[in-house]
Amino acid sequence: MKPLPMLRFALRGLWRELRSGEALVLFGALAVAVASMTAVGFFASRVSAGVAREATQVLAADLRIDSANPIPAGELAPARNDRLRRAEEISFPTALFHGDRSQLVAVNAVTPGYPLRGRVRVAAVPYGPAGAIATIPARGTVWLDSRTATALGLRPGASVRLGATRLRFTRVLAFRPDQSVGLVSLAPALLMNAADLPATALVQPGSRVTYAALFAGPPAAVAAVRAYLRAHPDPALRVREAAENSRELGSAIERASRFLNLASLAAVLLAAVGVAMSARRWAGRRIDGVALMKCLGATQRFVLGVALAELGAIGALALLAGTLAGAIAESGIAWLLRSLIERDLPAASARPIAVAAATELAMLLGFALPPLMPLKRTPPLRVLRRDVAPPRLRHGVAPGLALAALFAILWLMVRDTALVVDLAAGIAVVGAALAAAGFALVRLTRRFRGGVGVAWRYGLANVSRRGIASVLQVVAFGLGLMILLLLAVVRGDLMREWRASVGARAPNEFLINIRPQDAPALRRALAALGAPDAPMVPVIRARITAIDARPVASLHFASARGRAFAQREQNLTWSADPMPDNRVIAGRWWGPADYGKPWVSISTEYRDAMHLKLGDSISFDVAGEPLTVRVASIRRVRWDSFRPNFFLVFPPRLLDGAAGTLITSVYLGPRARPGLAELARRFPTITVIDVDAILAQVRTIIDRASLAVQYVSLFTLAAGVIVLLAAVQATRDERRHESAILRTLGASRFTVLSGVAAEFAALGLLSGLLGAAGAAGTGWWVAHHLFALRYAPDPKLWWLGILGGTGLVGVSGTLAARRVVGTPPAQSLRAEA
Amino acid sequence: MYPGPSGAGLALEASGLTKTVDSPSGPLTILADVDLGVRAGETVAIVGPSGAGKSTLLALLAGLDTPTRGRVAIAGTDLGRLDEDGRAALRGRQVGFVFQSFQLIPSLTALENVMLPLELAGDPNARVAATAALTEVGLGARLAHYPRQLSGGEQQRVAIARAFVTRPPLLFADEPTGNLDGATGRRIAQLLFERNRAAGSTLVLVTHDRELAARCDRIVALDAGRVAG
Ligand SMILES: Nc1ncnc2c1ncn2[C@@H]1O[C@H](COP(=O)(O)OP(=O)(O)OP(=O)(O)O)[C@@H](O)[C@H]1O
Ligand SMILES: [Mg+2]
Repeated sequence: MKPLPMLRFALRGLWRELRSGEALVLFGALAVAVASMTAVGFFASRVSAGVAREATQVLAADLRIDSANPIPAGELAPARNDRLRRAEEISFPTALFHGDRSQLVAVNAVTPGYPLRGRVRVAAVPYGPAGAIATIPARGTVWLDSRTATALGLRPGASVRLGATRLRFTRVLAFRPDQSVGLVSLAPALLMNAADLPATALVQPGSRVTYAALFAGPPAAVAAVRAYLRAHPDPALRVREAAENSRELGSAIERASRFLNLASLAAVLLAAVGVAMSARRWAGRRIDGVALMKCLGATQRFVLGVALAELGAIGALALLAGTLAGAIAESGIAWLLRSLIERDLPAASARPIAVAAATELAMLLGFALPPLMPLKRTPPLRVLRRDVAPPRLRHGVAPGLALAALFAILWLMVRDTALVVDLAAGIAVVGAALAAAGFALVRLTRRFRGGVGVAWRYGLANVSRRGIASVLQVVAFGLGLMILLLLAVVRGDLMREWRASVGARAPNEFLINIRPQDAPALRRALAALGAPDAPMVPVIRARITAIDARPVASLHFASARGRAFAQREQNLTWSADPMPDNRVIAGRWWGPADYGKPWVSISTEYRDAMHLKLGDSISFDVAGEPLTVRVASIRRVRWDSFRPNFFLVFPPRLLDGAAGTLITSVYLGPRARPGLAELARRFPTITVIDVDAILAQVRTIIDRASLAVQYVSLFTLAAGVIVLLAAVQATRDERRHESAILRTLGASRFTVLSGVAAEFAALGLLSGLLGAAGAAGTGWWVAHHLFALRYAPDPKLWWLGILGGTGLVGVSGTLAARRVVGTPPAQSLRAEA
Repeated sequence: MYPGPSGAGLALEASGLTKTVDSPSGPLTILADVDLGVRAGETVAIVGPSGAGKSTLLALLAGLDTPTRGRVAIAGTDLGRLDEDGRAALRGRQVGFVFQSFQLIPSLTALENVMLPLELAGDPNARVAATAALTEVGLGARLAHYPRQLSGGEQQRVAIARAFVTRPPLLFADEPTGNLDGATGRRIAQLLFERNRAAGSTLVLVTHDRELAARCDRIVALDAGRVAG
């Protein structure tokens, strides 16, 4: 048969096919998967762009160049672009005078437009409520932070002397986006208009001034500047990009996108179950037609070709409809988050469509093709004998294809080989466990049916009689309920856990450069401020010199972060125990017997940036002393816990000789904050870094992720409904036939319907039980391995699972079967013939 | 009673046809050593009690199933030499079917059901020919109706139209009136023989119905899988 008539044949049947329930459910399952993937894909590309934009606030720009010399306005002229905005920031430390009092401050003189990213926040009085402001200080005025204002006893309107000029103090500076950039920022801060700078006469040749040029604009324009700078390296310039800043934000963003991806993965996997079930049914419904066509002269190739062409057409339509729905859903998300997303986000790319198409193809090949393939071997004898059926696929073919598809889907969505293997193994284990438990439970129902009424006896008899079909349904429902429970309960638990980790009392002040001899006194002083158990963590600075005896200068690092690690001094620490928010994911942490051994524990970021693995040897220069150590363990670090954390941790006693300082982080409430000024006076070496702003950003990201994940859960819910429909359809013919016979024998509609209800309720109960168990186990695994969070399953999980399963499956199954039961027996029996 | 196995010009020829199937109580022979020859244009009725093996014989003769032993030839072509697709192609060219349970595709209209064999054969005039065939069985006004909108007798008319639309030289019918009431059955039988005569086809008919069998040129009685004297 020529391909053309085959295609025409398939397409002509398509519309009718879509009106039949089976093809519609198949179409729905595919479309939901595509919609979920494209919506999340589009949305993630926007959110991550938005979040990356948020990260750029830390620089107050997309890209920033620091230099010890003035940066000429013409600098970078070749890379300039009309849409690139530019601002200047000139910073230096100096003394500020008010009457007879003085205070060391970090001056930040800025030009209009500053900050290019983020907002400056100001307050009317020291430590008062702050709000965002869109301008820079007017000429002749300065904004001072609360500590300086308090220390100098200033009221708004007071006059201060800065160098050779006098300026009026008008507002309290609460927050500058780039306040953590550079060392001068650690001192109390002053913000002024750069136009007033000449009058101060403070900027002279030889003074300690940092000039910064800030750039922001569309991604392409920023990329052009970056490329220009890379092509024309200037050792006097220090280029800073958003990515190298704020581990805390980076960690939170990564976690947020993991949540989002997992939520979408849940929807896709559930949809895959729906595809598998509806495709099976769809193929089953074709058998009679195929037998007849073969009887009338159709070849094997023809019947398979028609089926495949129809499947392909359904897939293409689902891709179209799903992408459309995904785009609409995405704009819904964007609307929901309109206040959080900045306006000039890059347009979402078309890449999510390609990924969704590939995933859909994997679903079709892995889950829809196996039940279709045997169709071509349908014996034409079936037109005479109903009981002959197509031979089954060879053993292992269908599971093999399904597993391959599962791998493909996971890889397309997760892109992390190790995680894919873990997830696939997890899903296979959960699936097998569900099947085994389902089998046992279905057998168990057989024992109960003696002791119940006729409706239940009929229902339970059906559960056990349908055997494999019941097990499959229990597994499908169980899987569906498990994923829904994961999203409904476990997600909430994890989100809460995460939120709690940056809760109201998360450390908001970092104290660095603490001399060891000051530690006891500082600890007491902090306790007096309400922070009793500040951890004192040793810090030593070191520079990496070689990896596996090859000098780092000769090595190439792919990431900006890797290059930064290779060039700059790194803070490191030693510790007897891993930090509480660290998880050792490879290798072994040291015991007392290992103290002093030349080992190091590295974080996953360091491993990735430096291309390291367990057992690699790394050489450091620790204050002039060479030190070579072996990678003994790898840790996943939750940077957003806001406790002191390090890329590199050594065992105790190894660094005994090295001189170092201590670091701590504490939570100080608003009322304790003024005490920091006193603390800074008592311990002059100590620098205080306020991370409240970053904390707030992390909290925003968590809330945003939480909202987005809830939105994505809607797709999972839709996929769950589709699985249910597919399951009800799977037994519809059988049910119609049985109900006709029962009613012919005199059973009332009510009795038959009660039997159906009993059957679905039993199925729902079993699946709810399994789903809750699966969700508890998976929740623990996900929390432990993916998020480094603690997790104790909520007891709610169990009764929600059992009640929800029984109710959801029982009620909707019964409702869906009602029409079948309601069909007059004569009509059903006639349709059978 | 029938020409020898080597007889030429036979529309259908079977020799030593045996079918054995596996059953829980060991192998079960449901058809044993059946020889049959049907001349072109002849009408043959296969009769016998329920379970005698009539449908089994029909399936083997039409190449819907393969015999355990023995051979079948349609218009001189040995079915044993063809693979499944080859047998399908041969059926498409040479054979028409009418079944007890009508076997219409529920998702296709009456017209589309009748067009099906023509389209499978790549006939560009399928629609015209199918419309004519349905008109000939008295359903010219029901072209767009789906099987479930038709009565049993009407469904069987559609099936008869479909069987003859390709002008097959050989026609198999398995209990064509089995699912119909007496009066309708007689009308359908009348139509079947009428169409068969008009087409000049060879007809092999399985039936319980003595009256129907009596209208055939020849009756082959089957009992417990063997041709009875
Ligand atoms: N594949 C099979 N496996 C087991 N038994 C079979 C198989 N095919 C046919 N039989 C048995 O062989 C016998 C003949 O079946 P067949 O359908 O040919 O009978 P029949 O003469 O057409 O009967 P009826 O008049 O009831 O249609 C029956 O007892 C049937 O159960
Ligand atoms: Mg029969």
